[in-house]
Amino acid sequence: MIGKRLTVLDEADRWLFRALMLVSIYVMVRGHNAPGGGFAGGLIAGSAFVLRYLAGGILRVRRSSIVNPSRLIGLGLIVSAVVAAVPLLSGDPALSSDIAKISLPVIGTVKVVSSSLFDLGVYLLVVGAVLTVLVHLGSDPLGDGT
Amino acid sequence: MLGEPGSLVGIGSPMTAVVLAHFLVGLTILAVGVRVSRLAVSSGVVVLLTAFIAMVALARRDEEIHETWTWIGDLGLTIDLRLDGFAVVMGLVVSGLGALILAYAAAYFDHDRTFNRFAGVFVLFAGAMTGLVLSADLFTMFVFWEMTSLFSFLLIGLDDRSEKARKSALRALLTTGMGGLALLGAVALFQVEAGTTSFAALAESPPAGAVVNAALVLVLLAAFTKSAQFPFHFWLPGAMAAPTPVSAYLHSATMVKAGIVLVARMAPIFGDREFWRWSIVVCGGLTMMIGGLRALKQNDIKLLLAFGTVSQLGFMMILFGLGTPSLTYAGVAHLVAHAIFKAGLFLGVGVVDHTFGSRDITVLSGVGRKMKWLAALAVANALSMAGVIPLLGFATKEKALVGLIDSDHYVGGLGNIALVVVVLGSVVTVMYTLRFISGTFGRRSDAVDSDVRHRPGWLLVGPVVLLAGLSIIGGLVPGVLGDLVRGPAKSLDAAAKGHLVLWPGVNAAFLTSLGILAGGAALWRATRRLEWNRTIPIDGERAYDVVYESVLSISRRVTAVSQTGSLVVYLVATMTVVLAALVVAIFWAGDLTVDGLVIADSWQQALIVIGVCAASIALVIVRHRFVSAAMLGVVGFGVAVLFALHGAPDLALTQLLVETLTLVVFLLVLRQMPRRFDPSPSWVPRVFRLVVSLAVGAAMTLFALQVFDARTGTSVGEEYAVLSEPEAGGRNIVNVILVDFRGFDTLGEITVLAIAAIGVMNLVRMAQRQRRIEAASADEVVA
Repeated sequence: MIGKRLTVLDEADRWLFRALMLVSIYVMVRGHNAPGGGFAGGLIAGSAFVLRYLAGGILRVRRSSIVNPSRLIGLGLIVSAVVAAVPLLSGDPALSSDIAKISLPVIGTVKVVSSSLFDLGVYLLVVGAVLTVLVHLGSDPLGDGT
Repeated sequence: MLGEPGSLVGIGSPMTAVVLAHFLVGLTILAVGVRVSRLAVSSGVVVLLTAFIAMVALARRDEEIHETWTWIGDLGLTIDLRLDGFAVVMGLVVSGLGALILAYAAAYFDHDRTFNRFAGVFVLFAGAMTGLVLSADLFTMFVFWEMTSLFSFLLIGLDDRSEKARKSALRALLTTGMGGLALLGAVALFQVEAGTTSFAALAESPPAGAVVNAALVLVLLAAFTKSAQFPFHFWLPGAMAAPTPVSAYLHSATMVKAGIVLVARMAPIFGDREFWRWSIVVCGGLTMMIGGLRALKQNDIKLLLAFGTVSQLGFMMILFGLGTPSLTYAGVAHLVAHAIFKAGLFLGVGVVDHTFGSRDITVLSGVGRKMKWLAALAVANALSMAGVIPLLGFATKEKALVGLIDSDHYVGGLGNIALVVVVLGSVVTVMYTLRFISGTFGRRSDAVDSDVRHRPGWLLVGPVVLLAGLSIIGGLVPGVLGDLVRGPAKSLDAAAKGHLVLWPGVNAAFLTSLGILAGGAALWRATRRLEWNRTIPIDGERAYDVVYESVLSISRRVTAVSQTGSLVVYLVATMTVVLAALVVAIFWAGDLTVDGLVIADSWQQALIVIGVCAASIALVIVRHRFVSAAMLGVVGFGVAVLFALHGAPDLALTQLLVETLTLVVFLLVLRQMPRRFDPSPSWVPRVFRLVVSLAVGAAMTLFALQVFDARTGTSVGEEYAVLSEPEAGGRNIVNVILVDFRGFDTLGEITVLAIAAIGVMNLVRMAQRQRRIEAASADEVVA
């Protein structure tokens, strides 16, 4: 942890962390039609963790990330690569996108593009990368605790 | 993807199924783990036996089976399997001996952590070797060839805690890997010159010319490295670091025959060239002699057999390489005979080692008395190796001598040279056979009789009995094998002919055989008391070491010069290259005028640019690292705002986020660094750095102005804008480009990002470990 804990940061973290995570997912999902996307969304989620780090130090970051950050990187890469490779099974070139319209009750018709899933992989990988760097560069020089 | 989907594994393609079954079972064994080692061995044996039976069943069908899978059609690359007679013989050797030796190994090994790896890789190897012998073209053979090299590496280095085993494995891999590269070169040359690498197509219309000759040199290089021919023979004795079952299988019966198989396939097509014949006779002959002579010096009976294998490989290389009709026939027959007696001998040595705990001639004593049956069987195999009537090795070697005596019709005087070399080599073979027999099973006057430590089980002795039985029965009724190998020999060369007999009658070849036996026995009696201290001056192993070491030291030196570890040097070097490229590009265009230059679109823009410039200058001047990093952030944010002003919200958003996170990362790193820059950081003069920086800046500016109006075609952006909604279902064209149109780029970029993050992780962890170690040692000093 760097320096003392600040109440301002503590409160900001408490209120903003979940909001930022929501925003990041929103930015990722809307990316196909409006400014945003997986990369930007992932960076926003990453900055949420940075805020948490500044407020509560490395331990709080570790506690709040459910999965191991480096696994998140692998997961993201696998998701993207699989989405890219799936069209090969039906003989199409890799990364061909498929558009499906699903009608849901209440919400109405939703258009789902397969490349959004590719973007999900990018999102996961970017979050994982930011978290990995943060956790490692942010830990103390000996890497054994606080 | 291979071929038409759906029919990949089916009754329609039995050979592919057989090869894939090996890989499937092998990988499963590796994945499942050590607890079910008995099941692993059983499933491996079952797969190999299935392959054996399938091969027999397929060979009985009338039509020749041919399976082709297109891999990269545009390049003419196909996986092409063909079951002709020769493939059947080799396939039966591979799967039959494989099943026998794998079963033997179950009793030979302790079932420890390496056993599972052994069983898995062994089955994988059997699959690759089966694929290799079935290969109908050079490319397919190359693919399986490399697989066998790799699996051989894993099996030699099975005991990964032994430095010697690791070193030997690497040496074998590098040597055979070099040959693999040569084979790839040959594939490329044949593909370019003849448009095909298929053996059948090449035989139909043999290409000629300098390129083809170059390809053939590469083929010979590949065959010589793989089959341990002089001067590459050194890796094979080193490979004896592997456990005995591995040596028996890979390094006597199967993998080392791959080079022979290659030569056997090529010789009927291209074997009439002078340089081909001379290389074969010279290298094969030297291999036969050197292998034999070095076998005479060995005290370790396994090494003795290994050098014997080297010698025999030279012999077979001559038979197949000269490729006259009767020599091809003799070659196929001897290939089988050698696989039987040599595998039998290795397994016998394994039993001796297991039972008495030693393989050293100077330690073993009285083994023959304590294990009479085993001794009798091993002696039968050994005599087959020496070519003693009435064993199988006699019949095949006699056939070879007949072929060599007749060969001057085909190859002129070279045939006589080959005959002399083979006769001399065979004399030495008789000598080391006698050394093997007396050394292993005889009694030494100066040593106590060895103790039986473990009684061998039936699984250990069974395979030895079976193989010795084949050597004996095959010798008594050689006609059976003789008839079996006639078809295979004809599949290599339609002219091939011959038959095997027990009693050839008194003719030149028979008398030569007798002379070899008598001469070998007499020479062995005369020299057995001599100590063989003299080393042979030509030593491939030492040459390998010299080459290997010098490659390492040269790369170390190059690294020391080019990778100084100084950031300043790296930057100056990179920037100088960039500068040169920019200057060339600018003056290449020649036109230095700039049309329609607008100073600024708006006052906001001008303001931001001025701010960015001020921050850049400040960032160079200040002495605090922290302030410098903050100024860098200002530059980045300024650029983000410029993007936004230009109507690029995606870019602006991403840039903003990246800048934020970069700044935080900078701060995290700076915590651990001195607060100020060093006063004079490096030996690259300050003035020089300044000049390079300014020049790069100026050139970049000029370049940007030039490219501003250099476009002549239409922008791809317009096409993307039109296609975005209908093709990719998105209205944000930036995002659509990222995830769809240029998705491959993105995949590459996120891979780089992943690697970078993992790199940071490892660097930090290494530094932390280093500091912990230092802290711990400091504590000790204090304590």
